[in-house]
Amino acid sequence: MTKIKTLADLKKMRSSLKGEIELRQQSENPDSVVQVKVGMGTCGIVSGAKETITFFSEALRKRDIPAVVTQTGCMGYCHSEPTVEVTLQGKEPILFGNVDPAKADEIIEKYIKKGQLVDGVIPITFKTIED
Amino acid sequence: MADYKFHLLVCGGTGCHASNSDVLAENLKAELAEHKLSEEVQVVSTGCFGFCEKGPIVKVVPDNTFYTQVAPDDARDIVEEHVIKGRKVERLLYVDPNKKEQIGDSKHMDFYKKQLRIALRNCGFINPENIDEAIARDSYAAMAKVLSEMTPKDVIQVIKESGLRGRGGGGFPTGLKWEIAANNEADQKYVVCNADEGDPGAFMDRSILEGDPHTVLEAMAICGYSMGADKGVIYIRAEYPLAIHRLKVALKQAREYGLLGTNIMDTGFNHDIELRYGAGAFVCGEETALIRSMEGKRGEPTSKPPFPAQEGFNKKPTNVNNVETFANIPPIILKGSDWFSSIGSEKSKGTKVFALAGKINNVGLIEVPMGTTLREVIYEIGGGIKDGKKFKAVQTGGPSGGCLTEKHLDTPIDFDNLLAVGSMMGSGGMIVMDEDDCMVSVAKFFLEFTVEESCGKCAPCRIGNKRLHELLVKITEGKATKKDIRNMRNLCHVIKDTSLCGLGQTSPNPVLSTLENFYDEYMEHVENHNCPAGQCKALMRYYVLPDKCIGCGACARACPVGAISGERKKEHVIDQHLCIKCGACLEKCKFDSIIVK
Repeated sequence: MTKIKTLADLKKMRSSLKGEIELRQQSENPDSVVQVKVGMGTCGIVSGAKETITFFSEALRKRDIPAVVTQTGCMGYCHSEPTVEVTLQGKEPILFGNVDPAKADEIIEKYIKKGQLVDGVIPITFKTIED
Repeated sequence: MADYKFHLLVCGGTGCHASNSDVLAENLKAELAEHKLSEEVQVVSTGCFGFCEKGPIVKVVPDNTFYTQVAPDDARDIVEEHVIKGRKVERLLYVDPNKKEQIGDSKHMDFYKKQLRIALRNCGFINPENIDEAIARDSYAAMAKVLSEMTPKDVIQVIKESGLRGRGGGGFPTGLKWEIAANNEADQKYVVCNADEGDPGAFMDRSILEGDPHTVLEAMAICGYSMGADKGVIYIRAEYPLAIHRLKVALKQAREYGLLGTNIMDTGFNHDIELRYGAGAFVCGEETALIRSMEGKRGEPTSKPPFPAQEGFNKKPTNVNNVETFANIPPIILKGSDWFSSIGSEKSKGTKVFALAGKINNVGLIEVPMGTTLREVIYEIGGGIKDGKKFKAVQTGGPSGGCLTEKHLDTPIDFDNLLAVGSMMGSGGMIVMDEDDCMVSVAKFFLEFTVEESCGKCAPCRIGNKRLHELLVKITEGKATKKDIRNMRNLCHVIKDTSLCGLGQTSPNPVLSTLENFYDEYMEHVENHNCPAGQCKALMRYYVLPDKCIGCGACARACPVGAISGERKKEHVIDQHLCIKCGACLEKCKFDSIIVK
């Protein structure tokens, strides 16, 4: 095993290891990072939500965007599956429909990075008991 | 590196381990493998989450779902429902005991809301047997900073300015302790970590060692650098096998990485650490007794001076600190003394870990800023008293501490405030008592412990505590007089003033504080031979209520000593001289006609 010889060694090692626990660290303060929720009900899964969630978690990591990607149950918009809810820091959640990997890429590049809305936003048509 | 989407954090502390959390972790891994999810979901055995009341705990990251009392067989549901379908397994969620509602994630639990975790920062977060996770969470960064950028004097200055005080009980300023040890010139010096945690019900040191062993190793090396010691020793009780195992793993990994040993990080600084096992004697938590025990002698305290900083282990200057004290060192070095001293109260800085136990809803391990009130700890974090009963007292500081009552609930907890109200911080045990607890019996329980654990070297402690215990027994049997109470109080002061070490100097505290706060209860025992809480067996009386008794004879048949007599279909009577208060009649009676007074 390689020995750690300098402060720089340790720092280098730390940053290369950070990814291992990054998910845990970010989930400590989910409100301070981008939150992506993918609807993974039966309808979502058959419509390809699995590919979508995999794409999101891989792409966000590769592009160095601190984010928490979670799955959730069916959100009720079965006509537009897979559905994805994105919450940027300090903003209202936005729900996107028919999100395949290509659409996901567009959401990351335009909405998450620049704050520009893209096609496919589903207007929220219900209230929850928390509202 | 695998790209995990989920981390399942399974508690691997002693409590949860005893409830088969290791089997649970294996089952989770097997289920994941079966569903071909091993590449996407990571199962991590962590240290203690502190919420021991409802263990074993499984926390799902990133959504922070907090599952409680998870059995090995629940692994299938967690994987199939939560991981695959994204539905929380509702039956495993935590139910708030007061609001009676389910709480899905740890962020919304009252238990965690008020806590500030410095010493416990990595417990329940990293795998303690994986040094890489510890390094990713900044372990050894403080040591690297100290070795490359600071002089030993700088280090001591930072610790002094932070206001950190020893967490083992005494509350002596840590920076000052280090400075004294540093100023004593010698060819060999030692850093000792006191992991001989002996208070009944206390387990904070064990949890830190089990959940984050690297932080202790790192802090000991920092201490060694500041005082010029190249050897460290951890004195740990052999009753902590899991903590010992994790320490051994951590030591091996740290040596492999060159973070312990000779010429650490090419700075010419040497430091290595070994383990010494204690046989579990309470008095060995006292530093001079601890040092003697490490030398292979009987664990008896010696008089100070000479202090260990002058003449300690192997007659060389030695600095002894408690586990929790060490766990605070790396964050202070990294974040600065100003950050640390901004937390806490005026004279007690930082946080304190407490082990909550007794009649409280959320039994477990918590860490709060100094200055938090007892009320906040008991009612908000602890979730209040079990079964909706009434709070009676809280015992802080273990067998050396005192019992505090309702009127002390709003006292901010710190070293000086607790001393002022007749108790002490101690190592941080906190035992909550409700209306069913007899305070005389509580004092007797703690005295039993001290009598058992007294090393016997000095007479006040050896003989005095024994006599004190006899007086308490007399009271609980209803045979004591007012004069006995007066004698007892005098004896307490004599023991306190004349004992050699901390054990004897503090052992009368439970008696004195209950005498002070629950004098009426003592007098009720003495004058009316009555135990208001109904705990003292000798003072209990079983009676038959004549109007309710139908004369079935079930009680008479159940009585093992033939103390109950009466004709069939007529009322029965209990002979008080024969009755041994076993309660068998009470259990057998179907008509509630037997009562206890």
